[in-house]
Amino acid sequence: MNAMANQPNILLDSERHLFKVARRSFVDPQILNAERTHIFDRCWLYLGHSSELAKAGDFVTRSVGKRSILFTRDVKNKINAFLNSCPHRGAQVCRESKGNAKSFQCFYHGWVFGADGGLRSQPGQECYDADFNKNGDANLVPVPRLESYRDFWFICFDRNVQPLADYLGNAKAWIDIVCDQSEAGMTIVGGTQEYTIRANWKLLTENSIDGYHAMNTHATYVDYLKNSSGSMSAVPFEGVGYDLGNGHAVIEYRAPWGRPVAQWIPAWGEDGKREMAAIYARLVERFGTAHADRIATSNRNLFIFPNLVINDIMAITVRTYYPMAPNEMHVSGWALAPQDEGAWARKYRLLNFLEFLGPGGFATPDDVEALEQCQRGFENLMEAPWSDISKGMNKAVPSYDDEVQMRAFWSHWDKCLQSGVTA
Amino acid sequence: MSAASTQIEVTRDEVEDLMFLEAELLDEWRLKEWLELFTEDAHYYVPATDVGPDASPDTSLFYVADDRFRLEQRVERLLKRTAHAEYPRSKTRHLVSNVRIRGRTGDELDVGAAVLTYRTKGGLTETYIGSYRYRIEVSDKGLRIREKRCVLDMDGLRPNGRISIIL
Repeated sequence: MNAMANQPNILLDSERHLFKVARRSFVDPQILNAERTHIFDRCWLYLGHSSELAKAGDFVTRSVGKRSILFTRDVKNKINAFLNSCPHRGAQVCRESKGNAKSFQCFYHGWVFGADGGLRSQPGQECYDADFNKNGDANLVPVPRLESYRDFWFICFDRNVQPLADYLGNAKAWIDIVCDQSEAGMTIVGGTQEYTIRANWKLLTENSIDGYHAMNTHATYVDYLKNSSGSMSAVPFEGVGYDLGNGHAVIEYRAPWGRPVAQWIPAWGEDGKREMAAIYARLVERFGTAHADRIATSNRNLFIFPNLVINDIMAITVRTYYPMAPNEMHVSGWALAPQDEGAWARKYRLLNFLEFLGPGGFATPDDVEALEQCQRGFENLMEAPWSDISKGMNKAVPSYDDEVQMRAFWSHWDKCLQSGVTA
Repeated sequence: MSAASTQIEVTRDEVEDLMFLEAELLDEWRLKEWLELFTEDAHYYVPATDVGPDASPDTSLFYVADDRFRLEQRVERLLKRTAHAEYPRSKTRHLVSNVRIRGRTGDELDVGAAVLTYRTKGGLTETYIGSYRYRIEVSDKGLRIREKRCVLDMDGLRPNGRISIIL
């Protein structure tokens, strides 16, 4: 490995339209350390969605970028994020994954904190000076930066990072397309899919925005659609891939599956047809035909650097993933839906979700298998050191099943590691 | 439901026989025969691990929520070489224990059990720990499964990564 350490991670030959990534990037612990320092400690990372904290007092604990984070809505309805460690001796103050609480008591010595992070009381208060907490040192430590866009909350451990809106840049317009589905706002549906993949985290970035693998990896899902009478509309797969800058990328394409906003399929019957027509008509009223068509009938696999995926396909999934080791990642997946959709649409949305998505679906298990097989294949990297990400480089407008979106990720990833400066 | 079927007595032994047969068919990959143990209106559920055991797939995200059609499609899929997650096929062992008839309403039994399933593939063995809850139809043709729900006693699918087999 040391002999390769001075070699580049990316080979780009613009004349021959070649783009290659060193497989060392997926296995080298030094690269993972560099990623932690130059990417996960410096980029905006997805924490959670406003809808997960619907009421004052609601809280969620979540591991983000190797930190344990307590995400709260306080009595003044302000959203907060704290490092989940007692300022006294360090124990995790909140040990539940979610709930509603007026305050949080560290069970070790009994210090009590409000949902705004402020120290409320501590046993043996008389043993401390009256102004013991005058600098706030005994309050829960807030994350260095916390900002949101369209109810998606992000945190950053680098106090000097650029504002979230600038960081998201061109990706904002694509988040808008997803969120504009609903006038009432979007919501995370109850239930988290949490799973481990024994593969490098960057393989899931590639896979989440990969239009090329569908016909092979997901042959049985396509068979399933064909077998289900009325599960397909007469729409061919076609679309475009975009580099959005800052490492963000998206593919936008048409596909034959049903979309509960709002591409009807015969399996949904006449009631479903009326409901889809009403949703679509309202979109046209709000946005005009062109934008309404885009919201309703085009699919988006949107990638926000470094590890957030919002895939608006036969249902909407929000997914993040973190490396535990070079060959292991933890994945969390949620379902996102219009807050105001009816019971019928919600039911079919979740049915659609499970057909394809998640570790019990008809497609994701095969993705997991593919990623794990790649990781095993990388054992041969001394003799077979490069992966190829060149598809579509010879085109003016890359298709959704080309690889421009992955090159966008890899180029920015390389820049972060090279310069140590993010975004 | 016929009047006759509500009068058929069922013992725990008979219920266990059904469940042990089911486990054997799954472990031997005789999935088409396994399907025959289910009624025509059958459902098979695996909820996410952070929703309650009684959660509904209409309002909460599950791992699996199959009606009869999708269950048949799941079997079709798993028997193909292109079901990559299960090709080559994994070796599995379903251990079913603590079987108890919790109640009966007319022609339907409410049955609970504990289950431990091992899946081995590519040199790795994964464990799925959970409980079963069955709704079993009693008729003069015998016992058939109307609903099977596997509630995992796990914090997510870690390190399993997938439910590519039937639990």
